[in-house]
Amino acid sequence: MTVYIIRRLIQLIPVLLGVTILVFLLMHLTPGNPAQLMAGENAPPETVERIEDRLGLNDPLPVQYFDYITGVVQGDLGTSMRYNTPVIDEVGDRFWVTMELAIYATLLSIFLGLIAGIISAVRQYSVSDVTIMIIALFGLSMPNFWLGLMLMQWFAINLGWFPPTGWGSPSQVLLPVITLGTAGAAIIARMTRSSMLEVISQDYIRTARAKGVKERIVVYKHALKNALIPVVTVVGLQFGSLLAGAVLTEEVFAINGMGRLLVDSIMNRDFPVVQACILIISVVFVVVNLLVDISYRFLNKRIDLNE
Amino acid sequence: MTNQQQVEQGDKKQKVENPKVKSIKDFYRRLKKNKAALIGFYTILILIAVSIIGPFLTSHDPNSTNVTERFQGPSAEYWFGTDHMGRDIFTRIIHGMSLTLGIGFASVIMGALVGIPIGIISGYYGGRIDNIIMRLIDILLAFPGILLALAIVSILGGSLVNVTIAVAIYAIPGFARIIRGSTLAAKKLEYVDAIRALGAKDGRIIFKHIMPNVLSPVIVNATLYIASAVLTAAGLSFLGMGAQPPTPEWGAMLNDGRGYMYDAGHIAFFPGMFIVIVVLAFNIFGDGLRDALDPKMKK
Repeated sequence: MTVYIIRRLIQLIPVLLGVTILVFLLMHLTPGNPAQLMAGENAPPETVERIEDRLGLNDPLPVQYFDYITGVVQGDLGTSMRYNTPVIDEVGDRFWVTMELAIYATLLSIFLGLIAGIISAVRQYSVSDVTIMIIALFGLSMPNFWLGLMLMQWFAINLGWFPPTGWGSPSQVLLPVITLGTAGAAIIARMTRSSMLEVISQDYIRTARAKGVKERIVVYKHALKNALIPVVTVVGLQFGSLLAGAVLTEEVFAINGMGRLLVDSIMNRDFPVVQACILIISVVFVVVNLLVDISYRFLNKRIDLNE
Repeated sequence: MTNQQQVEQGDKKQKVENPKVKSIKDFYRRLKKNKAALIGFYTILILIAVSIIGPFLTSHDPNSTNVTERFQGPSAEYWFGTDHMGRDIFTRIIHGMSLTLGIGFASVIMGALVGIPIGIISGYYGGRIDNIIMRLIDILLAFPGILLALAIVSILGGSLVNVTIAVAIYAIPGFARIIRGSTLAAKKLEYVDAIRALGAKDGRIIFKHIMPNVLSPVIVNATLYIASAVLTAAGLSFLGMGAQPPTPEWGAMLNDGRGYMYDAGHIAFFPGMFIVIVVLAFNIFGDGLRDALDPKMKK
């Protein structure tokens, strides 16, 4: 197992390097001179040159990348062009807001998705199965920003049950988490259903039933364990889409998270902040997927770890 | 070439084509059994028809503003009400339909045109080329969901064309991976070995013998990708990075409505509802296609 984890960590390095190169190129592919942007349109050429020198913009690209990556490794993500403060301070707490939102939404989607998927599979072709699958199809097809606005309209504005915007108190958390978690719940429900159906038709389940094991134990102990294996992978991928989807949810509910910071920074062409947000979200996503892969190996004893 | 040879060749061609025709009929027969998929298919056809004919039939102008008629609720005159500038929302939705469908189709076709060759090359040649391509794909896949599209639009600037390009690039890794997988499987088929033993060149093997085998997963995925492309594109426009005003793009219209949730919720409701209809139609159709094309379901 340790060998496997170490090998996976080593495999992570090229991906992370690739991600940093892409994110680094982001800034350099962008039309316009960042130094000019920082100095303002009417700045004298000497000022622009001074800023270029300070930012190292006249160095060859590989040197600039090396400087950038050395900074990143030490937690220096550059300086915001707009506020002239370290990017890391801009991101700061907003990172945890987005993480909280994504984690709650993931938990909700696992909870709802598993229950719905299991019910659907156990009662295949029943009214509840069909209903659940239709709801799931809708959940999958709704833009989360629209769902968010509609929830806000009904439950916050018309009924007044929840505050329409913000983040922090439990009543503020609920609507955004439902908004973000719905699509994930739908995907997990569909995945759980098909995975359960596949497992239930296998011989060992028939054997268990034949020897008189209670249906409940067959479903939850024998079938679910194996059916969960593919679902785990989906959960990992879902966490990534939820992190990215948080951008839209945060916009809708005016939550001061990293997603909103990212959108604002794109609008204001504050590229160091854009770079940092994209880099952080991607790295979190890659690391979470690694953790999921490792847990996958734990769950599925049939896979040879040395393979 | 003698006449007889020509006839013989013609016969051969027909023999090759017949199973294909059969499989299309067979495919439609299986699709017909899946009612939901058929509903999805017909909904898509209707939506396409509306996007072409609809704009000629609407009685209002999508972009003409009318200050006295602002924030009207749905009525006989304005079916879906009017927005903050007094424009008829129904008319704008009908005019925006071709944009939504156009972005969906265009981005997925572009993504497939790049992704399919990459996947085939990777799967067919294997070895070092495969390794390099797959590592590059891994890097692209490290940007989850809408993030890659956001990053691309932040470089290119916000416009509908750039959104289409961004969504297309976002679709490439998925196509490449799926095609690579099916190419790997197709490559190992015995008849491909046989053809290679007969001395067929790589190009011929790929186009005549691998391609037909890998296309069915492509069609299923393309359909499902259109659904997510529509969602992504609308999301980018909602963030103000896609269609610019006064374009009647649905995501942008939702963004307009967002500021008036207290007084005029219908401005945001209707464009979103139509996004749901379009995405739902493609999702249902894609699900049905998958079942219809899945050899396991063949009876």
